[in-house]
Amino acid sequence: MNGTQDAPTRTSDTTTDAPMVQVEGLHKMFGDLHVLKGVDLEVPRGSVCVVLGPSGSGKSTLLRCVNELEEITGGRIRVDGELMGYREVTKDGRTRLHRLHPKVVARQRSRIGMVFQRFNLFPHMTALENVAEAPVQVRGLSKAQARARATELLERVGLADRADHYPAQLSGGQQQRVAIARALAMEPELMLFDEPTSALDPELVGEVLAVMRDLARSGMTMMVVTHEIGFAREVADAVVFMDEGVIVEQGTPEQVLGDPQHERTRSFLAHVL
Amino acid sequence: MTGRTPGGDAAGAPGDDPVPDRIHAVPVPRPGRWISAVVLVVLAAMAVNALVTNEKFRWDVVWLYFRDVTVVRGVGWTLVLTFGSMVIAIILAVLLAIMRRSDNPVMKSVSWGYIWFFRGTPIYTQLVFWGLISVLYPRLSLGIPFGPEFFEFRTADLFTAFVCALIGLSLNEAAYLAEIVRAGLGSVDPGQTEAAKALGMKDGKILTRIVLPQAMRVIVPPTGNETISMLKTTSLVLAVPFTLDLQYSTNAIGNRLFLPIPLLMVAAIWYLLITSVLMVGQHYVERYYGRGFGTQTATRRRGRGPGGRGGGRRKLSKQDLIAASGTTKDDPFLEVTP
Repeated sequence: MNGTQDAPTRTSDTTTDAPMVQVEGLHKMFGDLHVLKGVDLEVPRGSVCVVLGPSGSGKSTLLRCVNELEEITGGRIRVDGELMGYREVTKDGRTRLHRLHPKVVARQRSRIGMVFQRFNLFPHMTALENVAEAPVQVRGLSKAQARARATELLERVGLADRADHYPAQLSGGQQQRVAIARALAMEPELMLFDEPTSALDPELVGEVLAVMRDLARSGMTMMVVTHEIGFAREVADAVVFMDEGVIVEQGTPEQVLGDPQHERTRSFLAHVL
Repeated sequence: MTGRTPGGDAAGAPGDDPVPDRIHAVPVPRPGRWISAVVLVVLAAMAVNALVTNEKFRWDVVWLYFRDVTVVRGVGWTLVLTFGSMVIAIILAVLLAIMRRSDNPVMKSVSWGYIWFFRGTPIYTQLVFWGLISVLYPRLSLGIPFGPEFFEFRTADLFTAFVCALIGLSLNEAAYLAEIVRAGLGSVDPGQTEAAKALGMKDGKILTRIVLPQAMRVIVPPTGNETISMLKTTSLVLAVPFTLDLQYSTNAIGNRLFLPIPLLMVAAIWYLLITSVLMVGQHYVERYYGRGFGTQTATRRRGRGPGGRGGGRRKLSKQDLIAASGTTKDDPFLEVTP
């Protein structure tokens, strides 16, 4: 939208009305494999965007690009108005991108929480230590402060009594809730969920979705890649359907799920529902 | 079984044995087992007989020199060399492994070249080389290449035989350990690094706080193996020549007395003794770091069971839990011995 303005100077008053996530013309190639073929997407502040699509459609890659876990091949990603991973330098009327220093990238990432399909909790730390680790190591909080905050967060995801358990002693659903608490400990402005319930036994899916629902209600901006259509219908403000590296269709849950316009969306939903 | 319920038919009593008509089969006869066992026992007896009855072993001399001051001092030097060079080698190896994983092509190739060279030449050759370093470079100086020199010293003053032996052993060992550390770092699930990155942690913190602690399970057991191997490799330091270690000092006494065989036995017994102690240590280290491997499902069941609580919880060690989470994949008992 307004991406072609002189980007380096973005003051606080412009960030307040900028969308939380703004993806423009995003391309991602793994070698010769063209995974994302020009994705444009906006996620307004405080909204929940659910990304649907068959496996291999690039939806996880899209999420990973937003968090700079993948180096993008083309396009721009802005989070809270700030260009991710690069700095635009205009010289003699020509704009070039300069890679940001890893320290700056780490700072950008620290404002975005991410929840993985396979939880990726640190197995050598208790639930509490998992949650308290990053605030101490990244934010420089004291151990006592971080532990107090971690206890609060574990309470919020309903696991206060599991604080001293190691990940291997927790069920999948409990592990994923700890992972959500761990991401929240960094006080992110944006939360990314990469198929958070796909690795869970069916009876454990509900507890994780409940935590996510609460989080959405609290006004957190969320991007969720999932196959849980029910969750999308209930919680999402916008649903995006991707296939073969492009966004096929997007809109409100009623539009996309209730009255899909594209054949591919229809056949996907027929398979999933 | 039959005696437990007096007066009752054991097989038929349901309260006694939950399995009705339990099978008590006659095992398959295995005469081969008995024959091979007898053959081996006879051979072993022959070997013991050969050791005990042959007077040339001079067990009295063996026992006398087993406690000799020079020999015991030799044991001390051997232990100093073993542990000293292992400590230096471990530090070097971690650096080499990290360099090998770096994105910087110079770092990568320097590490690769180091491992290529030190693994590719015999330790004996390397030790002889270190012994000759003061012939090759009589004076060493620190300065800018082709530029001014800041200070210089005589090589022989710094590179004593002990220092040469220590350097030779540790530089060689570092090449092997570097591969072990690399395998250990590589065995940690990349998802761990990603999760740490997503939290905004920097590379150094990710390595020391997240990856290394998990890699230890794979690194530590083969390092114990390497320590035992190093103990025996120290017997080669006469190549430098360093003359105070166990092998050289026993050999020197043997030559002086014209009794080489009893003193070889002294050396062998000492090496075996130390190795045995190290093996006991290694056994415990391996049990600690390798736990939860064969019994992974059992661990998991215990840990995850209904609610994950109950008696079993507290008994699980941290290592069980790392293993049970399945974030490290490689076999911890890699054979990388030279």
